[in-house]
Amino acid sequence: MISWLRDLLMPAAGTAYARQVDDLFVFLTGLTLFFFLLIAGLTAWFVVRYRRARGAARGAAVSQHTGLEVAWSVIPLALVIVIFFWGFHGYINAAVPPAEALEIKVTGRKWLWQFEYPNGLRTINELHVPLGKPVKLVMVSEDVIHSFYVPTFRIKQDVLPGKYTQLWFQAAEAGVHRLLCAEYCGTGHSDMLGAIHVQSAEEYAQWLEKGGEGAEAIPAAQLGRLLYTKYGCDACHSLDGSRGEGPSFRGVFGHPVRLADGRTVTADENYLRESIVQPQAKVVAGFQPVMPTFQGLLREREITALIEFIKEQK
Amino acid sequence: MTGRNYLNERRGLWSWLTTRDHKRIGVMYLWSTLLAFFLGGVFALLIRLELLTPGKTVMSADTYNKMFTLHGAVMIFLFIIPSIPAALGNFVLPLLLGAKDVAFPRLNLASYYLYLAGALMALATLAMGGIDTGWTFYTPYSTSTGGAVNLVTLAVFVLGFSSIFTGINFIATVHKLRAPGMSWFRMPLFVWGMYATAVIQILATPVLGITVLLLLMERLLGIGIFDPKLGGDPVLFQHFFWFYSHPAVYIMILPGMAIISEVIPVFSRRPIFGYRAIAFSSVAIAGVSFLVWGHHMFVSGQSVLASAIFSFLTFLVAIPSAVKVFNWVATMYRGSISLQAPMLYAISFLLLFAIGGLTGLFLGALATDVHLHDTYFVVAHFHYVMMGGTVIAFLAGLHYWWPKMFGRMYSERWSRVAAALIFVGFNATFLAQFVMGSRGMPRRYYNYLPEFQPLHILSTAGSWVLALGLLIMAGYLLASLRRRPDAPPNPWGGLTLEWQTGSPPPTHNFERTPRVEGGPYDFHLVSEEAAAGRQR
Repeated sequence: MISWLRDLLMPAAGTAYARQVDDLFVFLTGLTLFFFLLIAGLTAWFVVRYRRARGAARGAAVSQHTGLEVAWSVIPLALVIVIFFWGFHGYINAAVPPAEALEIKVTGRKWLWQFEYPNGLRTINELHVPLGKPVKLVMVSEDVIHSFYVPTFRIKQDVLPGKYTQLWFQAAEAGVHRLLCAEYCGTGHSDMLGAIHVQSAEEYAQWLEKGGEGAEAIPAAQLGRLLYTKYGCDACHSLDGSRGEGPSFRGVFGHPVRLADGRTVTADENYLRESIVQPQAKVVAGFQPVMPTFQGLLREREITALIEFIKEQK
Repeated sequence: MTGRNYLNERRGLWSWLTTRDHKRIGVMYLWSTLLAFFLGGVFALLIRLELLTPGKTVMSADTYNKMFTLHGAVMIFLFIIPSIPAALGNFVLPLLLGAKDVAFPRLNLASYYLYLAGALMALATLAMGGIDTGWTFYTPYSTSTGGAVNLVTLAVFVLGFSSIFTGINFIATVHKLRAPGMSWFRMPLFVWGMYATAVIQILATPVLGITVLLLLMERLLGIGIFDPKLGGDPVLFQHFFWFYSHPAVYIMILPGMAIISEVIPVFSRRPIFGYRAIAFSSVAIAGVSFLVWGHHMFVSGQSVLASAIFSFLTFLVAIPSAVKVFNWVATMYRGSISLQAPMLYAISFLLLFAIGGLTGLFLGALATDVHLHDTYFVVAHFHYVMMGGTVIAFLAGLHYWWPKMFGRMYSERWSRVAAALIFVGFNATFLAQFVMGSRGMPRRYYNYLPEFQPLHILSTAGSWVLALGLLIMAGYLLASLRRRPDAPPNPWGGLTLEWQTGSPPPTHNFERTPRVEGGPYDFHLVSEEAAAGRQR
């Protein structure tokens, strides 16, 4: 019954901490069901038994009973004190990272997550962590408030502009865990998704050493397609010509583009390159200058791959 | 019944626009808030329609964001907050006290005009392209986004004063205008609830006014208060905002509880169980309500100590709420229960509010809240409290006092059909959202993962059933107005003073000032036959 309830109501548990949270959650679910059935049951019984049409024996009215009032004040009070300490215990554990935790920097911005590892490597929307080791995230936002939410780890922390917040976890299950933004941040809020790859210590070390990607073997345009979703370009730039927060990629290459300052330029390779690394240099007419720069985030081959991909969108 | 009353004594639009009669002001508030409810409901249906499929169904992400902002702002500021106090409360509070009017009739009319001005300002933003901040206006998003945020915040400021004026009026009325013989503990519990609400209204609402003024200063003058780019602190806004908006939750629910405390004894023919416990629990809820705002901010980066204290204090609200529920249920024991429309809604309230209250335990507990914060679980929880609680209680009160207000009975059969549809539709809509939330579906999401689609479809289908129920209700209530006046002075056999005058009441409420010699729920002193006789 208990594990059935947990599987019905909760996503899979990716950490030992998540299972602790689930214990409290299941307890509260049981308590809710008990009190709901008590209230609903008594109500139904009274309504049926004492319906006006039924002329049941009613007896003298009792409209006061100190014993009952005390009972239904003190019993709930005792219960909520237990719940408080239970919830507090878990929260304290989640609030204090172990001293030896691996530290990764997180930057949130509209509408992507950026990670920086101790060796200087940076990734976007893809966080790689070693299995079974505590990981501490030090987080800050470049624009508005975001919230770093991993349902399978049962953790969430707002990511603020101008102030660091932190979060830690110790993954117990290898595989991919979903990362979501939980604080409303505008147009692309629901597309501000990421993935947490939990790998064995060796795989993680290999991945770090190779500089992240095993991407060298993929043809440029195909890599570009992967990067297009991985880096969140798809949150703003459509492929079907529909207007998003930014212009669509469809039919853009080789065609004239009217800019906000009135000039018209042709969308060649260098224009596209500049728009990726220095988006504010040439803003397309009718759009807001909201795109973040990708300077230093993409390697040369990745930029080339993205341009190849855009070229294909005729 | 066809004699002179507050509806027909003076005629013409001007006589309404310049009235100082609390009953007419209540009626004007009633139609205005019902219109707002309709509008907010249309926005809700569009939101649910959009969520039928992941990605785009009928509108763009930006339109969707504006839609949920408007839904929240209209429902909270234009409907729920004024619905019970300013519409129903205005009408019945003086009647319940045996008074001729509220203490400050002109202030009462001013409150209505402020409401109207604020409502028009808020809706004018629609023409100006809408706003997409969410009803919570969190900074720095709200200071950096475009749109008519300035106008909306001004509207909230104006609406706040409308609410403060009502609160001042009710407190003065309760203190000064009770009929001879009506001691504090002979007041109907609705009055206790209104009094506790009024205290929160005048103490908390000014903070909202200050907050939106600070927001305006930052947006218009560039003074850095909340925006970190200007040296401000975005989390400070959340403290300010919830310092008002959490007590505001009790501005919304206490009046609902107050109505239930009237309806259950009347339709059970029993004295209310634990009168003093219910009265004091209203005051206790009002008091504690000021000390729990930080439970909206467990993941905001506030200190662990602050979170622990707020969590503990939050749990204390559970006690007076539980006390009320148990007392209502106990009132029905050995009663003589009739399931007419007001009682059907009161029973719906008991069940839905129980779920709303109990799921609050998940959110008060720190460890579970971290997972559930900003998910559909929270959305479902507050809809169970605000709609399953307050709005259902409002409907109970509307059906209870409708004959008094307009002198007409409505179709009993259709009222049962509507109540059943509303109950079923509501649960289908929001039970599904509890499950989505605990499984990790964040709120305010335009796009969502495909695994959530079956539950979204269930929720959307539920919203249609709910809407059908509400439309049927609108139908038979409006149809009743075209009937001949047929409501007796006391159709339900109530013992409170409003039932001792005509339906509708005369302009000055009572032919002679009533004298109060007993409690408001002394059904044990009235024989069954006498109570039935009173209905004629």
